[in-house]
Amino acid sequence: MLNYDLVVVGGGPAGMAAALKAYEDGIKNILILERADTLGGILEQCIHTGFGLHYFGEELSGPEYAGRFIKQVYDTDIDVKVDTMVLDISKDNVVTACNNFDGLLTIQAKAIVLAMGCRERPRGALSIAGCRSSGIMTAGTAQKYVNIDGYMPGKTVVILGSGDIGLIMARRMTLEGAKVKAVCELMPYSGGLTRNIVQCLEDFNIPLRLSCTVVSTHGKDRLEGVTVADVDENLKPIPGTEEYIECDTLMLSVGLIPENELSKNAEISLDRVTSGPVVDEYRETMHKGVFACGNVLQVHDLVDFVTEESQLAGAGAAKFIKGEKNDTHYINTKGENGVRYIVPQRISKSTDKDVKLYFRVGRVYKDVTLKITCQNDVVYTKKKKKMCPGEMEYVVIKTDLINSLPADSTLTVSLKEEA
Amino acid sequence: MKYDVAVIGGGVVGALVSRELSRYSLSVAMLDRHNDVAMGTTKANSAIVHGGFDAVPGTVKAKMNVRGTALMPEICKELNVPYRNNGSLVVAFSEAEMKHVELLYNRGVENGVPKLSVIGKERLKELEPNISDEAVGALLSESAGIVCPYELTIAAAENAVSNGAEFIRNCEVKSISYADNIFTLNTTSGEITASFVINAAGTHSDEVAKMIGDNSVELVNRKGEYYLLDKSFGYLADHTIFQCPNEMGKGVLVTPTVDGNLLIGPSAVDQDDKDNLDTTPDGLDFVVSKAKKSVPSLNVRGAITSFAGVRSHPVNDDFIIGYSDKNDKFINVAGIESPGLSAAPAIAEYVCQLLCDKANPKKNSSFNGSRPEPVRFRHMTKSEREALIAENKAYGRVICRCETITEGEILDAIHAPAGARDVDGVKRRTRAGMGRCQGGFCGSKVVEILARELNVPMNEITKFGGESKIIFDKTK
Repeated sequence: MLNYDLVVVGGGPAGMAAALKAYEDGIKNILILERADTLGGILEQCIHTGFGLHYFGEELSGPEYAGRFIKQVYDTDIDVKVDTMVLDISKDNVVTACNNFDGLLTIQAKAIVLAMGCRERPRGALSIAGCRSSGIMTAGTAQKYVNIDGYMPGKTVVILGSGDIGLIMARRMTLEGAKVKAVCELMPYSGGLTRNIVQCLEDFNIPLRLSCTVVSTHGKDRLEGVTVADVDENLKPIPGTEEYIECDTLMLSVGLIPENELSKNAEISLDRVTSGPVVDEYRETMHKGVFACGNVLQVHDLVDFVTEESQLAGAGAAKFIKGEKNDTHYINTKGENGVRYIVPQRISKSTDKDVKLYFRVGRVYKDVTLKITCQNDVVYTKKKKKMCPGEMEYVVIKTDLINSLPADSTLTVSLKEEA
Repeated sequence: MKYDVAVIGGGVVGALVSRELSRYSLSVAMLDRHNDVAMGTTKANSAIVHGGFDAVPGTVKAKMNVRGTALMPEICKELNVPYRNNGSLVVAFSEAEMKHVELLYNRGVENGVPKLSVIGKERLKELEPNISDEAVGALLSESAGIVCPYELTIAAAENAVSNGAEFIRNCEVKSISYADNIFTLNTTSGEITASFVINAAGTHSDEVAKMIGDNSVELVNRKGEYYLLDKSFGYLADHTIFQCPNEMGKGVLVTPTVDGNLLIGPSAVDQDDKDNLDTTPDGLDFVVSKAKKSVPSLNVRGAITSFAGVRSHPVNDDFIIGYSDKNDKFINVAGIESPGLSAAPAIAEYVCQLLCDKANPKKNSSFNGSRPEPVRFRHMTKSEREALIAENKAYGRVICRCETITEGEILDAIHAPAGARDVDGVKRRTRAGMGRCQGGFCGSKVVEILARELNVPMNEITKFGGESKIIFDKTK
């Protein structure tokens, strides 16, 4: 059995930032386990730019953003094992992993950071009727074929879902000579960033069809076409609006799901809305000494925020390992009236820093007041011109305020539309 | 190529027949028009081993069902295929339906089905806590079970090939001529000659029969749609839960699978196209609404995938098994709808006997009926895994994380007798890509491994043969 102070599961941007922060805070005995053959995670296939504007103040590609952290990791004596899959995390923080050079590994950790990222929702979860031909894939899979393997996964493309990966792939396929015929979005608004809608669709004259879905796929061997239809306010296809679009590829960008199989097996409690662990302000889960950050915790829009969140987890893990994290009383957080969730779900009453409450809203809101209450007292209000589900929001809560709240009380974040 | 026997069709029937024939010194070729075995009706059905109480006493169906179900546990053991004797329930929702349950009971007794009983509401609730409160009672068949139809077929084909049979893929029979006691099959893979032909061509067995002028095989193509739910819903049913049958079949069932998922379906719609496997919004909605009648807490949000299968319903309502009236060296095995999977081991035994009665072959003295157990990393203990990886490093590299499938298992699947040649073939043999992400992460790695092992470029690898290409040319 190996022994480490900190084991980080996942060597993407989240895992690397957490490990580096813990290292900076004095923890030297760290191991990062990564299933791919390099560090960097999904950024390695995100060759477009738009990364790092917040964190580095400059625009980088995914591999460049990852590269800066990879270099830092290799400049430290943090141990890294790539091509290594974690199979299990036990309740007493023993990590079991395997690869084809060490064989089976068991590692006793003082603290663990979960940074496994997320996966894309597949077709089955959508129950689209039709054929089982080839040519139906998630946008991320298509991205890997194009950017990593160097192969075209299709020539004529319809994209279902206007999540960021779908938008990025619409542009990428177009640049590689494919014809992207439409991006269909079930909701009346896009789930992607505004800048991506402009730069990836509008600049290339790719139609974005809102309130529209794919109702059926056609083809025997390879996909030959899809039937799309408009949907009503209950998101049900409207009979008579069906339209057949010839295409050899259907790409799905219909949501991301945090990859919490390991967390579930370790019986770490998860938030029903985020599908990520319930955490405190240092991203410690309900399981002492196990932290979570990045897309395994909540699906982010920007890697810059993943980095920021992961540094919190790294700092928290370092405090825990040094015996300096002795929280006893907590303030809970809760979203209401249009606020779907809050991360973190709880905050130590004696916290030593300001806390950002992250959340997403349930639909598009205009001219709305954001309000935070605690035991009927309004502790924060702010007017917002526009809020939409595609962009993660946050509010900063001051340390003094948190320290002054009664133990076990609840901070409720809600929206009020102006009459 | 010249063979003693050509078996047309590599479904569960063709594969088990080929395996039975490999017990004798016969040269056997099993032909399939697809890139793999188990690609037709075998691939998409309810995966059920029926008790045998449905079929009308005296029919071939009844005989083959009861015998097949009795043979199934042993054959699965020999072939190392997961089989679970979970028992089945035919649930009644009214007193009128209880009458039908009793009719089925009596029929079952007449067919010789063991361990049948009629149970009341209380016992039913004990056995299936998630069953609808509307259910009033059920027929319990304790000999019924579940098996994975394509795993059984893959294992049977592998064992047949290990014992000398040949599997010829992408081999569609276009015409058959007969002269001097020899059949000549004109196929998409060239000419094949054989002394005997076994027509196990599934939904296409009527066309194959017509190739020798036999018009007696009359089939209706009946499509059934299914939902497969995530393993986290597997707890909803322990037995296979049927509703009272109707003229289109045994109705919609809710059943666990041997892998721990939950399967619901099928619908039943007749169609002209034999190969149309499209699911439809209506079909899937039908399946869900009917399944909820049995288990109201079902939720299709747990669906991993949906699929459809086409079964060939014989117009005369009974299996067609025997020598053709047009040629006494040509055996039809057609109209094998439900309970065809259950009956398959018995059908294979019977067909082999029919052939041996005429051919009088010698025993194959080197026949070994057991198929080695495939490595299943996910089911292993820590020390087993340690030993396995120490022996072969490829078992240390996990490719599919949802199902914990290693590169070693994928290599085994490709290099096995009658092994995988495409992504779906790897998936059916190993479960790589069958989990929650449905191959989102591992799909491209499987393509890479297939290309490497088969020594072809990545863009020649298909999903399931034919034109089902996954990727095209190189990028700019």
